Amino acid sequence: MVDSIEKLIQYSQSLRKPNIRDEIVTQIYQTTRSICQDSVIYPKTETNRSEKLDQILTSPIWGFPIMFAMLGVVIYLTIWGANVPSEALANLFGIGENYLTAAFQALGAPSWLHGLLVLGLYRGTSWVVSVMLPPMAIFFPMFALLENFGYLPRVAFNMDRLFKSSGAHGKQALTMAMGFGCNAAAIISTRIIESPRERMLAILTNNFVPCNGRWPTLILLASLFMAAGFATGVQSIVTTLVVMGIVLLGIMVTLLVSWILSKTALKGIPTRYTLELPPYRQPKFLNTIFRATVDKSLFVLKRAIIVAAPAGLITWILANIMIGEQSILQHITLFLDPFGKALGLDGFILMAFILGLPANEIVMPILLMGYLATGAMTEVDNMVELKKIFVDHGWTWLTALNMMLFSLLHYPCGTTIFTIYKETKSVKWTILSAVIPTAIAITVTFITAHVVRGLGLV
Amino acid sequence: MRHYRIALAGNPNTGKSTLFNELTGLRQHTGNWPGKTVLHAEGSFSYQGNSYTLIDLPGTYSLFSNSADEEVARDYIIFEKPDATIVVLDATSLERNMNLALQVLEMTEQVIICINLMDEARKIGIQIDEKKIASRLGVPVIKMAARNGEGIDLLLKTLHQLVTGKISPQPLTIQYSKEIEEKIDELIPHIQNLIGNSYPTRWIALRLLDGDESFVQLLKEKYSKGKLQFNPIRFPSKHAN
Amino acid sequence: MVADSKGAFPLCDAQIGDSVRITQLCIEGAMRLRLLDLGFIPGAIIKVLQKSPLGDPMAFRVSQTTIALRKEESSQILVEKLGDE
Ligand SMILES: Nc1nc2c(ncn2[C@@H]2O[C@H](COP(=O)(O)OP(=O)(O)OP(=O)(O)O)[C@@H](O)[C@H]2O)c(=O)[nH]1
Ligand SMILES: [Mg+2]
Repeated sequence: MVDSIEKLIQYSQSLRKPNIRDEIVTQIYQTTRSICQDSVIYPKTETNRSEKLDQILTSPIWGFPIMFAMLGVVIYLTIWGANVPSEALANLFGIGENYLTAAFQALGAPSWLHGLLVLGLYRGTSWVVSVMLPPMAIFFPMFALLENFGYLPRVAFNMDRLFKSSGAHGKQALTMAMGFGCNAAAIISTRIIESPRERMLAILTNNFVPCNGRWPTLILLASLFMAAGFATGVQSIVTTLVVMGIVLLGIMVTLLVSWILSKTALKGIPTRYTLELPPYRQPKFLNTIFRATVDKSLFVLKRAIIVAAPAGLITWILANIMIGEQSILQHITLFLDPFGKALGLDGFILMAFILGLPANEIVMPILLMGYLATGAMTEVDNMVELKKIFVDHGWTWLTALNMMLFSLLHYPCGTTIFTIYKETKSVKWTILSAVIPTAIAITVTFITAHVVRGLGLV
Repeated sequence: MRHYRIALAGNPNTGKSTLFNELTGLRQHTGNWPGKTVLHAEGSFSYQGNSYTLIDLPGTYSLFSNSADEEVARDYIIFEKPDATIVVLDATSLERNMNLALQVLEMTEQVIICINLMDEARKIGIQIDEKKIASRLGVPVIKMAARNGEGIDLLLKTLHQLVTGKISPQPLTIQYSKEIEEKIDELIPHIQNLIGNSYPTRWIALRLLDGDESFVQLLKEKYSKGKLQFNPIRFPSKHAN
Repeated sequence: MVADSKGAFPLCDAQIGDSVRITQLCIEGAMRLRLLDLGFIPGAIIKVLQKSPLGDPMAFRVSQTTIALRKEESSQILVEKLGDE
């Protein structure tokens, strides 16, 4: 008598026969086929547009060049398109600041309050908004169009072999693509990778894809220091090539780190998987652009307000509280300076990265605030002025290059680290997810600095 | 005013989140690649005085628990028992998509089938007779293009009728080989005896025969915790018609 | 269309553009189940679409969808050639 669940299971085991699933699935397929034959009329000549497109977009000859070209075009349009609105926003904020200052004076507010609120908080926030918003509002709609068109799975299809030979999961290409938007969101998207080992690889290396908060830094430094010597027309192109180089370097580091980890701490062979290539679909143009722009703008504004504003405040305070002759900020930067110099950076830059832990967006504004004697940012509404601040502090193209490298390779932002902990539930791996990239960032910048200096290039 | 819970199931990339967004006004991530929805998302809307909670399940190729996603979706339908399950199908590859619909029909009869992406299907000249499909499947079938809002009104109306009992589905039962059917018939009385009729007994019998280890394990756990109380009616066990 | 098979061979050896019929799946475990779900069932007709630029994986048309499989999988699916229809 079957009177317990154990017995039921035992009994059913005795009834089982091998590969009954094949029979079940086949029967289901036959049923659907018969239903579809009755009720669906297919066109007589099947011209499959997606197949034709794939023959180009994933062809042996054109697959990779088209992929690079798409990346290049998206970056180029971002750089080219963001210039004017960025300056316009900066001007607008500048005017706003004048009014605020006038208002503070009219009310007879003490100068420390003006410094705190206007020079610290307001400038920090407005800088982030005017530098971050335009490129993001251009980059992400384009990305969303490609995503809705159906290009991402093709990237995974093209690059699968690279991931496989580095021991990673083929779907890591998709989670990396999410990383361009936000590494924290990308960490959550690694749930599409079933195998824990490969999911961990995807989590640990996602940071090597520059996110939202780092694009503007990369673009800014590339255009100020790498493209400066070129004619105006080609400057955007040079900037694009430099930024693309950084992105490609990030991909190479991802593959290399995955490879090393899958030979050491995360040993194993890549699991099997299937990749569906959905048909290309024409995106709803305006709708997609509108949504991506609004969503990203809100995202950036939210970050600007919850992270950049307090950071601006704190930086101002650190820069204005004196211990002895110097401000706290100066003490910190002096302490960090020797190490920073060894990496081809300086104490201010390291301090900016440390204080910028909560969000990559604020690294640049903190750095600028640090550089200014008053402890507040100047109103930087044109590029020449901006570059002058850097050059006055001893910057060369090497400093810019190494800051870009450090930005690409260093520890993930606070939100991402927290997300990694939530997703892995492991203190060890969370710490490693910050330590591994940081070690790489230090090594790479150190070597770059010494090679460049050794060859006498700067 | 009553409250209903509705689950959205379907193959990956068929437009479940698009439909979810359309109905709830939320902004789940959508895009043309399989596997975007990884977190359980809920949203709500109301229609004709009733309120609904909609659950956006991850897209799955089947509900046989070959992967964690499939288990999540399956467990939701079996154990959480939504008041209705909307199965979203891709009109351009109905053959593969409908398999999942048939699997859901083995689990619950409170089902609405949405044939989404109709605009894409029309573009390539596919014609679908949804009435015929509905009569074969025994549940409502609606053609739609969620992204353009096409078919949403009809879906809402049908959903209202289904949850208020104005439609009573007569879902198709898939006939397996004589051998399997005999074994199913042998198991069903024992299952009913143990856990009553509150779960789809024919479907459980199939999983037991299939040796779906993870499900059997879960069944055991839930049973020993006393969660599967005898709870008659609601899922009349379905026999061949 | 039954007896014209020239013997079964692994799917990965099929030529691009070929249409083939699955005779047998030699994979066990979760991958077998996934392949069944996707329509790689014995008797199903598969069209070979193309290779990734790096040579692997390969894309196949199966059950009105396009699925890419690595060599590890496609070498374990036995197929027979269909005549040009
Ligand atoms: N042309 C057309 N495209 C649609 C329609 N509905 C959805 N889409 C598009 O199809 C793609 C997939 O839609 P999603 O809603 O993200 O699909 P999903 O089922 O949630 O996918 P997963 O979460 O990955 O399982 C998106 O690019 C949508 O814009 C439609 O009715 N017509
Ligand atoms: Mg979704």
